[in-house]
Amino acid sequence: MYKQTIDELLVRHSFFAGLDPRVIELIAGCGLNEKFSAAGYLAREGQEADKFYLIRHGTVALELRAPGQGPLTIETLQEGDILGWSWLFSPHRWQFDAKALTLVRATAFDGVCLREKCEEDHDLGYEFMKRFAGIMIARLQATRLQLLDLYGTAD
Amino acid sequence: MARLTNSPRFALDPMLPQRFVVERLWRETADTFTVKLEPVDKTADFAFAPGQFNMLYVFGVGEIPISISGDPADNTALLHTTRAVGTVTKAMSRLKPGDMLGLRGPFGSNWPVLEAGGHDIVLVTGGIGLAPLRPALYAILAQREKYGKVVLLYGARTPEDILYKKELARWRAHFDLEVHVTVDRATESWRGNVGVATTLIRRAPFDPQDAVAMICGPEVMMRFTTQELLRRGVDSSRIFVSLERNMKCAIGFCGHCQFGPQFVCKDGPVFALKRVEKLLNTWEV
Repeated sequence: MYKQTIDELLVRHSFFAGLDPRVIELIAGCGLNEKFSAAGYLAREGQEADKFYLIRHGTVALELRAPGQGPLTIETLQEGDILGWSWLFSPHRWQFDAKALTLVRATAFDGVCLREKCEEDHDLGYEFMKRFAGIMIARLQATRLQLLDLYGTAD
Repeated sequence: MARLTNSPRFALDPMLPQRFVVERLWRETADTFTVKLEPVDKTADFAFAPGQFNMLYVFGVGEIPISISGDPADNTALLHTTRAVGTVTKAMSRLKPGDMLGLRGPFGSNWPVLEAGGHDIVLVTGGIGLAPLRPALYAILAQREKYGKVVLLYGARTPEDILYKKELARWRAHFDLEVHVTVDRATESWRGNVGVATTLIRRAPFDPQDAVAMICGPEVMMRFTTQELLRRGVDSSRIFVSLERNMKCAIGFCGHCQFGPQFVCKDGPVFALKRVEKLLNTWEV
């Protein structure tokens, strides 16, 4: 059976579209395929954020824990979604739990390594900032719509 | 894409309600219900096109527009689903089998179900907006072979607010229908998607170059949905929205539902996006 390499995965993904082949190679070199069983955690709130994920299969819930309420799901992410930007921003700690709701296959990218490369090469750093800012804007917009309680009653 | 047409069909004066009896009324969610009506005059024809609405009159309380939510091919039942939120709908929610209502209609334009033949279909809806789209889905499924991929994307406030749960489960079982549901706020037992309906568009399996999109929900949701569909590459001439305004006469006389140069009751409620997109972004309208 044909297995897609990480390079091929990146070339085909819109998040990495247009990046220089050398950069793709660099990012792919920092990538590692991982597998999580349902109810397993990709990240825990407060822990060091030293990676980000490209979800290749399955569903991941971003959760917050509140005393007496159990986990609250803020958002779910699916195949093709990028998970995690805390690796890029100080204090480099995960802000949410990321729990696999199903079997999840994801490619994890070494954030510490990439952060160092971004510091060395600010063009690369700017590319990462722009691309992660795009994800953050989309998620912020979606969260704003969620907060509007659009489907609530009018009175 | 063919222009939408509306087809008011009046045996009588369009302002004169016909009497209908409540055959059954049931709760869909905590604040929504469906009422099943049958005409007192058994010979009355109540055929309608998907997307049209009726004016329902609770005697002594008031008259309101409600979209028809049943199967257009089923001439034994006239269904309306609405939320018990105002004086009239709250009074309506208390009706019992055998109680009587006044009904005028059907009014307005319809979803372009026939014109969309041969294309992929994307139905995007939120909250109670699933009710006016359900007749379109029934009509599409009745002639499923005439369409490409068919995708239903539905957003609800919470899992408890999901309309037509059993039917959604049945639709999910169709191998030729993609159903994706998301909620704004999850409960602990919810294992589905969390997030707004617009987030489902990006990964929904349809060909944007070919798809016809029909959207029904709160206007803000429809605005962002159209943006997402346009971003995905769906041409605005193939996007249709159902608008809601304060409708009184339902035949374009009173002017309550004026929307720029159009009346939502007569020229809508279903509009091609091209016809209304500027107005949707005009605050004063």
